[in-house]
Amino acid sequence: MSLLQLQQATIRFGGLTAVSALDLAIAPTELVGLIGPNGAGKTTAFNLITGVYPPTSGQILFDGHSIAGCKPYHITARGIARTFQNIRLFRSLSVFDNVRAVFHLHLQGDVRHALWRGQGYHEEEAAIARRVMELLDIFHLGPHRDEPATSLSYGDQRRLEIVRALAAQPKLLLLDEPAAGMNATEKVELTKLIRFIRDQFQIAILLVEHDMQLVMGICERIAVLDYGVKIAEGAPEVIRRDPKVIAAYLGQEA
Amino acid sequence: MSFRHAKTTLLGVLVLCALASAATSHLNPYAYWLNVAYSIGINIILAVSLNLINGHTGQFSLGHAGFMAVGAYTAAIITNHVGTVSPLVANLLFPGALLAGGLAAALAGLLVGLPTLRLRGDYLAIVTLGFGEIIRVVLQNMDAVGGSRGYSVTHFWTNTFWAFGLAAVTIYVIGALVNSTYGRGFIAVHDDEIAAEAMGINTTKYKVTAFVVGAFFAGIAGGLFAHSTLYLTPTGFGFMQSIAFVVMVILGGMGNTAGVVLAAILLTLLPEGLRFLAAVHIPGLAAERPLAWIADTRMIIYSLLLILLMLARPQGLFGAKGLRARK
Repeated sequence: MSLLQLQQATIRFGGLTAVSALDLAIAPTELVGLIGPNGAGKTTAFNLITGVYPPTSGQILFDGHSIAGCKPYHITARGIARTFQNIRLFRSLSVFDNVRAVFHLHLQGDVRHALWRGQGYHEEEAAIARRVMELLDIFHLGPHRDEPATSLSYGDQRRLEIVRALAAQPKLLLLDEPAAGMNATEKVELTKLIRFIRDQFQIAILLVEHDMQLVMGICERIAVLDYGVKIAEGAPEVIRRDPKVIAAYLGQEA
Repeated sequence: MSFRHAKTTLLGVLVLCALASAATSHLNPYAYWLNVAYSIGINIILAVSLNLINGHTGQFSLGHAGFMAVGAYTAAIITNHVGTVSPLVANLLFPGALLAGGLAAALAGLLVGLPTLRLRGDYLAIVTLGFGEIIRVVLQNMDAVGGSRGYSVTHFWTNTFWAFGLAAVTIYVIGALVNSTYGRGFIAVHDDEIAAEAMGINTTKYKVTAFVVGAFFAGIAGGLFAHSTLYLTPTGFGFMQSIAFVVMVILGGMGNTAGVVLAAILLTLLPEGLRFLAAVHIPGLAAERPLAWIADTRMIIYSLLLILLMLARPQGLFGAKGLRARK
């Protein structure tokens, strides 16, 4: 059974159909790439899945439940977490607190706990602190825990964003152009990291990316969007040779 | 700032306030400096509670004086029904009246917050400004509370314990709220609403919570104000008063609780200190009061100092960094 299933998902902004009748299914622990030229509707597809926009028509199923029209925070609580094309960390919070803020999703106690500050509260906060540090350490961000998130290097900020998304304990992780602005070495690192996340956390990953080498290198399956329409889907080798994809995305052969 | 022993500290401060209150109970309650002290406590409550909305959560409310007015009038209406009672009974009844004022203000906060918190920045500021003005105009036209002639409050029930004890409680509650995993959500909303939503934070709920909690404490402060000035006029809760609280928050440093407390103290004392300066006699000088000109220009000096401070320290006197890297 697929974890995420888009059925004829469509969104129109006025006269423009940004994503048109998109069918896409992602199985648990699958690593899928979504590619396409600029303006093809990749990020819009992400925004549909994460609830930033409700679909104009069509259905989005996650874990067997419809999530079309749900609020973003609701969908995150259900198990879809994302990163952003342009990094969106919480700027006035430390590295530690950026991750900790997400743990409110897993809090047992409510506000009264925080106000009373009894034994239960301190135990829960200590447990959260341990789990935050575990996550940070896995991604080698532990030593930076008390630094402001914005003081990290670009690559570290991208990684912190991924850690923050993982703190939501998602079943599906959406990465929006994680390699944007990275150099060759950092991209190699990122490739390893994405595979590692999938294997370590046993989650599905949907990746939007421009960097063909990266996408072809790690994705098990690739869907190609052009002008909001899915023009091809399949294994990387198949996509690489698909004439429609070559025409739309990699450029027409002379 | 660590919040580890906050509850113990709060208890300690409350005991201190009770002792201070007992020590000052024989003094004339109308003594000038005692009233300045009460103002300090009241302004701390107002500034710290507004800091939750404007500082931590990053919304822009210009209606804090409106919430204060709701609390002040509510508490005063209740206590005016009470005849002369012993100090003990007064100290038992007073918190009830304050609580009622706080709850009324919180309700007002909820009513304003729910429909308007979809708005951001300037737009929200204008709506809250409008709300504050509505409160003022409604009070001006309510004959039951004297309309624009003002409303007399019978009991002088505010004392050192309530003024500073409740200031301490306010600092504790808002500190405890913000310094928890739950409370990091307020700052997440402040930093990036889109990212906060994507990280599972219900931004509307957080914003409304900030508004309701902020309004609640503004209402409490209003009650304390009513029972120390003994006379309420609708114009006293106007737009300029709201601005004064916003200035405290900005001057202290947005989201920096310690800074905002200091700014509230400073901005309460500054105009009073200038008043004092105007009356001072310098031995050896011919004039009786050589600084008398300060009396006329005191508010101008106050404004100029604010301008200078903002030019020199746009991030606030004590910086907005209080947000970062706290456990």
